[in-house]
Order: sequence, then C-alpha cells, then structure tokens
Amino acid sequence: MKKIFTLSMIGSAMLFLSCNKDIVESNADFQALNPEMQDVNGGTWKPFIVTSLNGNFIPDPQPVTSTSYQDELKELKKLSSNLNPEQKKAIDYWKVGSVLRWNEIMRELVAKHNVPPYQKEDGTYPAPSAANPFSYPIFPFSTPPYAARAYAYLSLAQYDALILAWKYKALHNRLAPYKSDATLTVSVPKNDLPSYPSEDAVISGASLEIMKLLFPVEIEYLSKMAQQEKDYRLWSGANVKSDIAAGDSIGRWVARQIVQRAKTDGMGTAGGNPAIWAKLESDCIARGETPWISLESPKRPPMLPLFGNVKPLLFQSSAVSSLRAIPPPPTNSDEMRKETAEVLEFTQNATRERMRIINFWADGVGTYTPPGHWNAIATQELVKTPISEIRWARNYSLLNAALMDAAIVCWNTKYFYMNARPCQLDPNIKTLTGVPNFPAYISGHSTFSAAAATILGHLFPKRKSDFAAMALEASNSRMYGGIHYRADCEQGLLTGKKVGELAIGRAQTDGAN
Amino acid sequence: MNSKLIHIIGLGLIMLFVVNPEISRAQTEMDALMMGKGKLCIAGTYATNSWENYWEGTFKRDNANIGRLSTQTAALMLNYGVKDNFNIMATLPYMSTKASRGTLSGLQGFQDISFFAKWRPIKKQVGKQFFSFFAVAGYSAPSNDYNIDFMPMAIGLGSQVLNGRLTADYKINKLFATISAGYMHRGNVSIDRSAYYTDRQINSSSVKMPDAGSFQFRTGYRNTRAFAEAFVDNMTSFGGFDIRKNDMPFVSNRMNSTKVGLEGKYYLSSLPSLGFHANAWTTVAGRNIGQATGFLAGVDYIIDLKFKSLKK
Repeated sequence: MKKIFTLSMIGSAMLFLSCNKDIVESNADFQALNPEMQDVNGGTWKPFIVTSLNGNFIPDPQPVTSTSYQDELKELKKLSSNLNPEQKKAIDYWKVGSVLRWNEIMRELVAKHNVPPYQKEDGTYPAPSAANPFSYPIFPFSTPPYAARAYAYLSLAQYDALILAWKYKALHNRLAPYKSDATLTVSVPKNDLPSYPSEDAVISGASLEIMKLLFPVEIEYLSKMAQQEKDYRLWSGANVKSDIAAGDSIGRWVARQIVQRAKTDGMGTAGGNPAIWAKLESDCIARGETPWISLESPKRPPMLPLFGNVKPLLFQSSAVSSLRAIPPPPTNSDEMRKETAEVLEFTQNATRERMRIINFWADGVGTYTPPGHWNAIATQELVKTPISEIRWARNYSLLNAALMDAAIVCWNTKYFYMNARPCQLDPNIKTLTGVPNFPAYISGHSTFSAAAATILGHLFPKRKSDFAAMALEASNSRMYGGIHYRADCEQGLLTGKKVGELAIGRAQTDGAN
Repeated sequence: MNSKLIHIIGLGLIMLFVVNPEISRAQTEMDALMMGKGKLCIAGTYATNSWENYWEGTFKRDNANIGRLSTQTAALMLNYGVKDNFNIMATLPYMSTKASRGTLSGLQGFQDISFFAKWRPIKKQVGKQFFSFFAVAGYSAPSNDYNIDFMPMAIGLGSQVLNGRLTADYKINKLFATISAGYMHRGNVSIDRSAYYTDRQINSSSVKMPDAGSFQFRTGYRNTRAFAEAFVDNMTSFGGFDIRKNDMPFVSNRMNSTKVGLEGKYYLSSLPSLGFHANAWTTVAGRNIGQATGFLAGVDYIIDLKFKSLKK
C-alpha cells in the first residue's frame, strides 16, 4: 500500500510539474511587418477628416551627406548596438506593426473601461465626466457606441497622418539609414521606403494625441507606449532622430484635427438629460406602444440616447433617417407575440452549443465590445498578408468608420422606436447573457456585425461568406440569449449591411486600389 | 435488499465495533474518519446554500439585479475501505442555480466528478488518547462541458483539480480535534470567448486558474455511532484577480472564504448501517465570493462487501 501511495504521490508531483499554466495568446506568433508593397503613392489617397494637407508642417530634411545627418547616423549606430533585454523586448513588440499594436492597446483600454458605474446611496447613478475623468466613475465608461467611435478616431488619425507622411516621404525621398551605412545593426526587416518622416513616429504622435482625449486617465501608460515606439525605431536602427521628430510632429498635427472633430461631433451631449429621457418614453406611449424601460435595479438612465445624432463619417447626418430601419412590429401585434414566444422558447431550451454562441459573441461588460471583437477578427485576417502601415491604417479606418456609423444609425433607430426588450414584455424570459440598458430594436450586435462583415468581405473577398456567416451567428446569439427578437436581428443585419456598403463605396474611390 | 441481509450486515458491523471501537464512518476527504476494510458507504446528500451579499474584491455589497442567489446540490458519494487505513472515494453532484430577482437565467447540470484516496499511515493510542495522521490525494474534473462563462449563475469553475491534503486528528475520551491543510492545483480552463480582460487584456480562450489552499479545523464529540462538531473552513486562492467595482465576476477571480458551521452524523442503533448526516454553515469573511449560508442533509448506507461475499 505504501508503494502505491508513494507512486501516486510521485505521479501527482510529476503531473504538477508538467502543468505549464502559461497561456500563449493569439497574437504571440505575429511576424515582423515586412510589406511586399510600400504603397509609394499613399500620399495621394483620400483622407477622412483632414481636408487640406497642403502646407509646410515639417522642415526639409538635411541631405544624407550633411554633417548633421552623419552625426545622427553615428549616434544611431551607438543606440542600435549593445541592446539590453528590455530594448530587445520592445523591438520584438513593435516590429509586428505600429498600427496593429495601437489597435490592440485600444482594445485593451476599451475592455478595461467598459464597466458601468455603481449606483449612489440614493439609487441614482453618477455619470463619468470628461471634465473630471479621474474621480469615480472614471471617464469614460466605454460602451459599444463610445468604443466604436474610439476605434474609428484612432484609425482615422493614424490614416490621415500617414497620408501626409507618405506625401513627404515621396517628396523628400530620404534614404533609410541602413541604405547610407551598411555597417549599421538593423533589427527590423529592411525596405525601400523613404525614411523621412518616420511612419512609426507618425503613428506614435497621432495615437497618443487622440487617445489622450478618449482615455484621459491612461495618459501615463499612453505616453510610455508612444515614447517606447519612437525609441524602438532608434534601437532597431531604422530611423534617425530627425525622421522621428518630423513624424511625431505630423502625427500630432493631424490628430489635433481629429480631436477638434471629436469634440464637436455630438458625443458630449449624447447622454441626454432627465427631460429628454422622459420625452422619449412619453412619445412612445403617445404612439400607442409600450416604451422600453431600464430592466436594471435601480433603474439606470438609458445608454447614450442621443448617440444617434453624432456626426457620421461615411455620410451626412441628414442621411441617418433614411438609413434608419423600418418600424418594428407593434407591441400588441400577433407578430410581436409570436416573436416573444420564440425568444421564450430559445431561453427555456438552451443547448450548450447555443450557450457557446451566446458567450462567444456576448462582448458585454468588461470586454472590448462588438466593435472590438470585429477589430480582433480583422486583425487575424490582416496579419496574413504583409501590407504597409498606411494600408493597415486604411483597412482599419474603413472597418471602424463602418462600425461607428453602424452605431449611429443603430442608436438612432433604437431611440426612435423605444422598443421594449423581450423580458420586459414577458418576465418569464430569463436571459443567458446580460440585458443591455437600451431599447431592443434594432440589435446592436447585428448592425455592427453586418457592417463589419460587409466591408471585410470587400477587403478579403475570399472570406466574404465566412464573415457573413459570423455576422449571422453574432446576430442569432442575441436571440438565443433572450435579449432580442427576430425582427431586431434581421433588421439589424439589413441596416448594418447598408452602412457596410457605404464603406465599400468609399473604399472603391479612396485611391488605394 | 431484504431485511435478513440487513440484519446480517448490521450484526457484522456491531461486532466490528466491539472489536475495534475506533472504526467510524468516513464522509469527506477532509475529515479524520475512515471506512473499515471491505466496507462501502453509499451516501446521498441534498444541500442548499444562498447569498444576498457578496464581495467585489474586498467591497461588500448586494445586488438588486440578483436578489438572492441560491444553489441546490444533490450529490452521490461512494467511499470504499480498501483497507482499514486506506479508503477511496468518488463523488458526483448535480447542481442548479437560481436568482430571485433580475433577468438572469439559472443554470443546472452535473458538476465535477471527484476521486480521492485517503491513507492513514499513523494511528497511536496512549492511554485514553488517540492520535492519527492522514494523507489524501485527489483529482476532480468537470463531468461535462458545462457553461463556466456565465458567472455568477455558472454551476462551477470547470477546472481540473489535483488535490493533496494532510490531516491530523487528536482524540481524548470522546472529544476530538482535527486540523487539516490541503493544496488544490487547478488546471487552466477554456472559455467560449477568444479574449477576456482580467487585470489586462488576454487574447486567448485559455484562462490561467489560481491554485488554492484549503484549511480546516473541526472539534467536537465523537463516538462509534455519532459525532457532533463545530468547524471552521478557509479557502485561500494563490493568485487570481479581484472583481472591479460593478464588473462581472470571472472564473479566475481570487476567491477566498472563511466559513463556520456545525455538523453531525448519527447511525441508528437498531440499524447501524444506516446513518443520517446534517450540517449548517455560514460565511464570515470572503473575497470575490457570495456570503453564503448553507444547509446539508444526507443519508448514508454501509454495505460490508467482504462480509457479504463470505456469507455467499
């Protein structure tokens, strides 16, 4: 018996030691960015926000033969040799691609700040304040619409700034340092792209400037990452300091135009006020319908009821009403009763496979939201083909413009109709995911997913049907979870597709084809 | 089973007790009780626990969107005496959860199946004092792919657990004290999502689970047919992260709890193979866990397989 016990203890100990608990993340094996095409005409592509790119934003670079450049080169030689482990780690991180890394950083911050405020003693809720971001509740609460807008502005700031950078690259055509000095130690793949201004510094400056606005409490972390990104270009022997300074300056200048736009796009007032909340309800009652009410306890004010008025990116504000979904089935209609019964049926007969689908697409509290999920999906696809930083930014911009505009049209529809959630109409419906705190019609997940799948299907035609299937699954997940009717999902998919098609329209005419 | 057989088994047991007064009934891997050689204990228990308050990290609160969250458990447990000082056990619970308020759906299903081997290498008697020492090894795993990504309604954490435990028991006259410390090594779990946030964003569906320690002190009265005891039970996670204010709970949270309770077991004198078992407990401190109060009632029945086969 002792023998058996000893053996079993040794066995357990071996099993214990063999259990490596470390997790390999899906982005762990991303390769260093090494684009096949440099998109040298990127300076002629169509920007989103910054209409005038004419003017002298950066000084003309010193020729590579100049003393000052030679001094920079000498300094670079020193900086790029004898790297310490931390510097090597930073190089390995950033060399995968700066646009990609900032997209990941944004997803992380969205998830981190996607927590609804806790109620006050009196049962009301405090609202996060951009003017006082550090006090509880910390600004922002990155809800799906907030997140969609944040991903979009980051992508757009990078994209518009890179267009300007590419313009200067072509204009000045300064050779990369390793082209002038073959003895330089270079830790990133070499290419023929002119190095002035540094695209990584452009991305660093633009990203920091816009993200400071979107996540002000993260300034320390953001500044650290932006600085590290610029340093990485020196440590890797890819840019001299003047390349970096010029890039940083362009990035910041362009991002400030985006910041201006963001400050006046209507987001600041999208939360509404008690009078507006009450009017939305009474207007719905006046139409003879049952208005949506918050199912949280204590009742939480509706999430961003005026987000539907935020200025869109792909079309004029005036077009929003024409994109809005047709009216939902009336509360007292047979159609509505049928759809409510269907939701009850789904929740009472939940299978493990449906729960998997619900969980996979839930993207609720504490996650990077549905727009973030589609950014993650797009990233997995984008890494498969080596493309330039400017094309990375362009692809993310098209995706995220579609997602932000999908949020605008969807939220506009939601508060236009104020349709109740299934479990409000039938309390027997118990949900398998959290009930979002806004009206049901149309489903946000469906709208986001169809918009994303449509533009991604254009960017990756071979995967078009896969993306469409994923969007349908995301849409259905909300019905399985008991929080949406079939009409919400179907109309959400239709509406999202319309927005996605507008993004395709832009993609076809932005000069990047 | 006919009454004659029951009587034969019962008589056999009584004889055993006369011969060896220290033989008692094992119930869990944590206590200081053992099944005698050749005997199989089949136990069925029903337990319920519920909480209204819970800890988000160290912040204690209630939640009107949950109300009272109750869990009911029916479990079947087998405990077999391979030798007087070596027992093996297996348990499988069926659980169901329900929230009294809010919209969240309860979940139900079979939870984790567990196996334990319990060994008593030391047993000493000095006058009226008894001292014994136990070592326990265990393994548990989800019996099916139940939903773990819907906390707090999920019925379990879905992790495979390797368990090691040392227990010391001291008894004088009929009074005893048992102290026990266990280590739970938890395997990673896989959730249905491709990314999640703990204290940072993790782009994977694998979740690193914290190991945990489990400590118990029990003391009370114990004779050959019954015991009555008070216990304090602590679980401490080694790692994991706190639920942030108003965030959702997650499988790899740092879950700690300290519970106190009373427990008793009684075997009928007229039918000594049949025992009744009950406990009541409450949570006095915790972290990332509900402040639960629970009750358990169970019946167990002992079959002497050796005796039976001898009779045949």
